[in-house]
Amino acid sequence: MRRFFAALAAATALCGTAHAATVYPLDRATILVNSPFDFKVELDSVVSPKDLKVTVNGASYADALGGSAQFVPEETDKKGKVLGSALILRGVTLAKPGKYTVAVKAGGETRSVAWDVYATAAQPKAKNIIFFLGDGLSVAHRTAARIMSRGMTEGKANGRLYMDDLDRMAFIGTSSTGSIATDSANTMSAYMTGHKSAVNALGVYADRTPPSQDDPKVETIAEALRRATKKSIGVVTTSEVEDATPAAVVSHTRRRADKADIVGMFYGVKPEVLMGGGSAYFLAKGIPGSKRKDGKDYIKLFKDAGYALTTSAAELEKAPASGKLLGLYHTGNMDVALDRLFLKKDTVKTFPDQPGLVEMTQAALDRLSKNPEGFFLMVEGASIDKMSHPMDWERAIVDTIEFDKAIGAARAFVKTHPDTLIVVTGDHTHGISVIGTIDDDKPGTEMREKVGIYDGAGFPNYEDKNHDLYPDRVDVSRRLAIFAADFPDHYETFRPKMDGSFSPTIKNEKGDYVANEAYKNVPGAVLRIGNIPKFESTAVHAVDDVVLQASGPGAEAFKGYMEESDVYRVLADVFALGK
Amino acid sequence: MPLSRRAALRLIAALPLALAAVPAAARETLTFAELYGKVGVLGLEFSEKVKRLAGERIAMLGFMAPPLKAEAQFFVLTSVPMALCPFCSSDADWPDNIVVVYLGKKQTFVQPSQVIEVTGKLEYGSWTDPETGFLSLLRLRDATYRTV
Repeated sequence: MRRFFAALAAATALCGTAHAATVYPLDRATILVNSPFDFKVELDSVVSPKDLKVTVNGASYADALGGSAQFVPEETDKKGKVLGSALILRGVTLAKPGKYTVAVKAGGETRSVAWDVYATAAQPKAKNIIFFLGDGLSVAHRTAARIMSRGMTEGKANGRLYMDDLDRMAFIGTSSTGSIATDSANTMSAYMTGHKSAVNALGVYADRTPPSQDDPKVETIAEALRRATKKSIGVVTTSEVEDATPAAVVSHTRRRADKADIVGMFYGVKPEVLMGGGSAYFLAKGIPGSKRKDGKDYIKLFKDAGYALTTSAAELEKAPASGKLLGLYHTGNMDVALDRLFLKKDTVKTFPDQPGLVEMTQAALDRLSKNPEGFFLMVEGASIDKMSHPMDWERAIVDTIEFDKAIGAARAFVKTHPDTLIVVTGDHTHGISVIGTIDDDKPGTEMREKVGIYDGAGFPNYEDKNHDLYPDRVDVSRRLAIFAADFPDHYETFRPKMDGSFSPTIKNEKGDYVANEAYKNVPGAVLRIGNIPKFESTAVHAVDDVVLQASGPGAEAFKGYMEESDVYRVLADVFALGK
Repeated sequence: MPLSRRAALRLIAALPLALAAVPAAARETLTFAELYGKVGVLGLEFSEKVKRLAGERIAMLGFMAPPLKAEAQFFVLTSVPMALCPFCSSDADWPDNIVVVYLGKKQTFVQPSQVIEVTGKLEYGSWTDPETGFLSLLRLRDATYRTV
């Protein structure tokens, strides 16, 4: 927790010193016409308003941006230290596309930034968009899922993933505004707003002041859809619905941990379908299990707003076939497919009837497609990431297979609804690689001698006798060898974690994460000394590009290298949000 | 966060052998598995045993999570040694089956992998620590602990 605030303080401090003045939206921002955003200028020094000159394309900013900004004489950090003066104008909209150059002069400080304000096609290219976000989805997850699910013979895959046959492809840069590295908040926020931001931020630029919800806002796709269309909105995830990825569809906060407030932001937008875990933030304080600190009962509020509530797979099956749907299937993150379907570990015994991502996607499509105006559906495979952090590869890969099966359900839907764009992408990558196999039958006692490399890797012996596309068992004798490029201290066991998800580290009294000794006595386990700071508990995100794939009308715009913020522009164009 | 939550809830299945040992004192004991009668999407229900023992001094075995804040007068007792996720940025990300321990007087910190026995007055119900804002459901007040 303290690390988060330290990182936040460092990030905000850097923003202030890198340039004389900081202007939000940042230089090279791309802005959809008519989409509201907050304009802010942060100065390093305290100035008098009369000494501050801000122009837009040479004219007074008030004329160009349509309003007079609030001048803040002194902004302060959380200790009360004065950071400088600021100018804030909220809810600016620009109706005319083109280049906007903002010039700031205040005493010795000058700054010039340029924005690209863009319009879109006049006619929508597609009626519906289904946006699949595999959290942390890296190339190795896809490769491992294909081999584990479909098998391989003589070097050729025995079958293809559903995502393998999407038509178009682009490499996506995931970096944040403050760092080459990134997290699930700012990355999904870039996809869902068209603006890059800082680690932990959703729907805002990260300014220097301490409060988390005063930062300069940008419009989310859900808000744009409400403003410009009559389309329905769906959000489906296997994490808490307040977690960063689903939250990015609707939220504005510098701090993704504002989960109780994020529920309120969902309530503000009221997506027609909202499904996942995280019910604890919907319960009023005082109900045991609530994680709210106020008396708001969002279960009741959503019900009163006309939502049908379902809390289990059985209830989902019996739910009304149309109308608004709230599905909450866990107090926290939902269990992963490997546990839900096979091992029954982690919290499956407590929440025994959670629906899977395929059922939730299908239920969302059934309802959203009843709107003749079309829909936007975001589907997240959340635990690809949540299981890659602790290097629980089998759980991450089986969840990748489940995510791909949800894509299969969407592709079946598209057969009867061809006016639908499907996008499949990740928000960031992990340092994961498949390097061969681990073969228990190789000679030797040390587990590393059983790692099959090059020609010695051969092919794994997973089986799928019931053709459900999941391996019947993950603990086969010749399994995929998957390793992380970055890791904390931990015991490498070279085996699937059949008794519950991997918890590689525990924290000691100094705040350092040390190897969890619970795995020390697993036969063959060896201590791996970490290569990342000791304050980090798990493997971290990689900076590597994400591979995006897409099919359907408008998909041809995805090509080459694109920033995550550029992807929003394609979505906006496909729906003609800036016509 | 899934790590911590899952790791903690997993206790029910993988209770370390040490925890099965009966605390030495003759007073009533409570285990992590006995905290709630019902756990559901729409809330938890405290167990009959918790309700019966409320207000009494009881003993619990568990692990000490590293202090949330160095100056805090309490620590979190967990069923398994805790590892928090990279973005567990608030107390809200703790799992449900924790007990907050308010010490009668300061004691030295023990390693997170060390089983401890805590004795204190049991209290249940939502309560927000006025100093830290930490929200808890179950507390042991005026507590002491020893390593086991």
